[in-house]
Amino acid sequence: MFVSPDVSGATDAAASEPILSLSGITKTFPGVRALSDVSLELYPGQVTALVGENGAGKSTIVKVLTGIYRPDEGTISVDGQETRFPTARAASDAGITAIHQETVLFDELTVAENIFLGHAPRGRRGLIDWATMRRQASEILDRVGAEIDPSVLLKDLGIANKHLVAISRALSIDARVVIMDEPTASLSQKEIEELYELVEKLKADGKAILFISHKFDEIFRIADRYTVFRDGQHVGAGLMADITEDDLVRLMVGRSVDAIFPERSANPGDEILKVDGYCHPTEFDDISFDLRRGEILGFYGLVGAGRSEVMQALFGITRPSAGTVHVDGAPVEIHSTAAAVEAGIVYVPEDRGKQGAIIGLPIFQNVTLPSLSRTSRNGFIRLAEEFELTRKYTERLDLRAAALDQDVGNLSGGNQQKVVIAKWLATEPKIIILDEPTKGIDIGSKAAVHAFTAELAAQGLAVIMVSSEIPEVLGMSDRVIVMREGRMAAELSGDQMTPETLVRHAAGISEGRS
Amino acid sequence: MSTATHHHVPDRLNGPLHRTVRSWESLLLAVAVAIFVMNSFASPYFLDAWNLSDATFNFTEKAMIAFAMALLITSGEIDLSVASIIALSSTAMGAAAEAGLGMPGIVAVGLVTGLACGAFNGALVAGLGLPSIVVTIGTMSLFRGISYIVLGDQAYTSYPPSFAVFGQGYVGWVITVEMVLFVLFAVIFGVVLHKTNFGRAVLAIGNNATGALFSGIRVRRVKFILFLLTGVMAAVASVCLTSRLGSTRPSIAFGWELEVVTMVVLGGVNILGGSGSIPGVVIAAFVMGLVTFGLGLLNVPGIVMSIFIGLLLIGVIALPRIWFQLQIMRGK
Repeated sequence: MFVSPDVSGATDAAASEPILSLSGITKTFPGVRALSDVSLELYPGQVTALVGENGAGKSTIVKVLTGIYRPDEGTISVDGQETRFPTARAASDAGITAIHQETVLFDELTVAENIFLGHAPRGRRGLIDWATMRRQASEILDRVGAEIDPSVLLKDLGIANKHLVAISRALSIDARVVIMDEPTASLSQKEIEELYELVEKLKADGKAILFISHKFDEIFRIADRYTVFRDGQHVGAGLMADITEDDLVRLMVGRSVDAIFPERSANPGDEILKVDGYCHPTEFDDISFDLRRGEILGFYGLVGAGRSEVMQALFGITRPSAGTVHVDGAPVEIHSTAAAVEAGIVYVPEDRGKQGAIIGLPIFQNVTLPSLSRTSRNGFIRLAEEFELTRKYTERLDLRAAALDQDVGNLSGGNQQKVVIAKWLATEPKIIILDEPTKGIDIGSKAAVHAFTAELAAQGLAVIMVSSEIPEVLGMSDRVIVMREGRMAAELSGDQMTPETLVRHAAGISEGRS
Repeated sequence: MSTATHHHVPDRLNGPLHRTVRSWESLLLAVAVAIFVMNSFASPYFLDAWNLSDATFNFTEKAMIAFAMALLITSGEIDLSVASIIALSSTAMGAAAEAGLGMPGIVAVGLVTGLACGAFNGALVAGLGLPSIVVTIGTMSLFRGISYIVLGDQAYTSYPPSFAVFGQGYVGWVITVEMVLFVLFAVIFGVVLHKTNFGRAVLAIGNNATGALFSGIRVRRVKFILFLLTGVMAAVASVCLTSRLGSTRPSIAFGWELEVVTMVVLGGVNILGGSGSIPGVVIAAFVMGLVTFGLGLLNVPGIVMSIFIGLLLIGVIALPRIWFQLQIMRGK
């Protein structure tokens, strides 16, 4: 059930012609079609919300708009004139500017220098005209309502003021199109209100604003229009006035999710893990759940909801401030990763290159690293045993490599992930935590990881799967815990496990509101 | 191969012979032999058993520290305070000798001093997470500074005759006690790095400390132990050197830290951590010893020797990179 993109019957918001329009944009990366024939229109004096799950292609389109990626196909038009952005500079010259989640500013430069970096006013002999630069900086800062001295260093400002500097920078290059990529992700409620006021000012100035956010309340509050992407495709667009929250959620996630995932018969065994009242001073609060043998427990939430932080505390990377963990009914004290492994809890991290694989070491040394006490005798390594153990688990995972003494750094992402999983299976764990296990790996390896995860659960291993991909969470899990802002927002099972409920709880939308 | 449904992955890519021939150690060994041959042509006094035996003192003490330093640098850390640990350890032994302790007591005091210095470095680096290069530049001044305060322009010279065995003793014919210790520690550290779980942890940490932590390795404990080992080996070198000289001045072993690091890097240990071998360090010790000895026989002044060692170091680390660049320029 699609919402018609038809915007006739429009309000006054639909009056003008778009400043910027993209049509038929396609962008392919090796093995991935990031954008497929998408279109996007931005109107002067209006906020267009770009909505979609992680991986829907939102960041890719921003990079196309700002000249970082060149599309394979499609056209970009400014004021109805077809144009191209071969470089970031070209996009900037066309009046397009982006304010990112983590804005690219320079801590050691002054506010004025940050605002005018690259286009500072010049005096005679091409030297920077500092006085003019400071005066203009003050004017712009006044316009955005910021009480900031342009001569202080950026690092002395708080995060909210840094955002204001970024916005001032956008104004200083006389931007006509302002892209805001999750601008409120790191702001407090008061700062968010200030940002909304600023957006109103930009609108009044006639700027076209592209607003990317996962938070439905703010989309409905400040956006005039919406565009929805799903899996790199354009699935709907229209006026906010014409759509309900329910319909928007359905547009975002609407698809069948069970087709590609392995069949699983859910008959979990005894309770193996019990986490009670787990707290951390800054990252998460009051997390309690249990896990049974043979069960796959999904953890869903937006980026930054605290899922990985909970898992890293369970694995002994960070220390929780309160709470207890029981494995097999016995309390365990997890004060180090070594202690976690000893207790039977292992963790396949999201950041494969930094935390998962040890690049520079051969495959077999990666696999046996946590199992050396079993392959060795009295602390002395036995290579034959190491190769045997490695072979046992890498063959089960169908690892593709030239040799087991090859550097893991030479393997593809999917095969590196297999090495990391083999490393943990070799320790014969009780509980395996998979943090975004298929992020950034090819389709084939993805299916292999899914099939293997299901097989492990069938053999009695308890699995926790942290994932931001709704199809993956729903397709693999027996139960799903949704986290939001460091807390458990919901625990879902059976019929409750639908894409809509996941998104609702993750984004904090109350039931039945529209 | 890629079309086969079942993939057989062999254990190893290349045979053992291939790996040996292509290794850094083989290149270094060739350099050592070349220097040996050149020296024997350059001076008629070179090929004399007693002269060669004396020449080993040029490197045995430094090499004992280099073995521990090789492990430390492989793990991605460094200890620049080793020469100052020698000074402080020697000062403590001198004071112990003044106080009338016997040979075993003096040695024990020296070793415990080295252990304490290593523990101090290790606590700051592994415990507090401070960068080792800064910490050990600090303790380099601190440890030697204590020696200067204790001794001023004085010296401790009242070592008992039995203490001379470490630096002046012979096991038989021309084989010195130091030579035996050198071989003994080479074997011990070689086994530790290449044949034990601990050595594997050192390599893993040097390649990716975060990854090692995420693999259940007790990273901080391993680093702390490495600093302890380096402190103790500096103390062992201090025992040998003090025994050989028969006296302690606060300037003892001044500047040795750089020669030790040179020896380690020349031996093929990656200064950024992650790879290294003890056989390489052993050969590097011989290379440096032979160069110093050969130039000494030719009456080349000390400053020229240090220029030569500096060039040698830059040469060996630059040559592979230059070779690599040439390969790229030729389009592989």
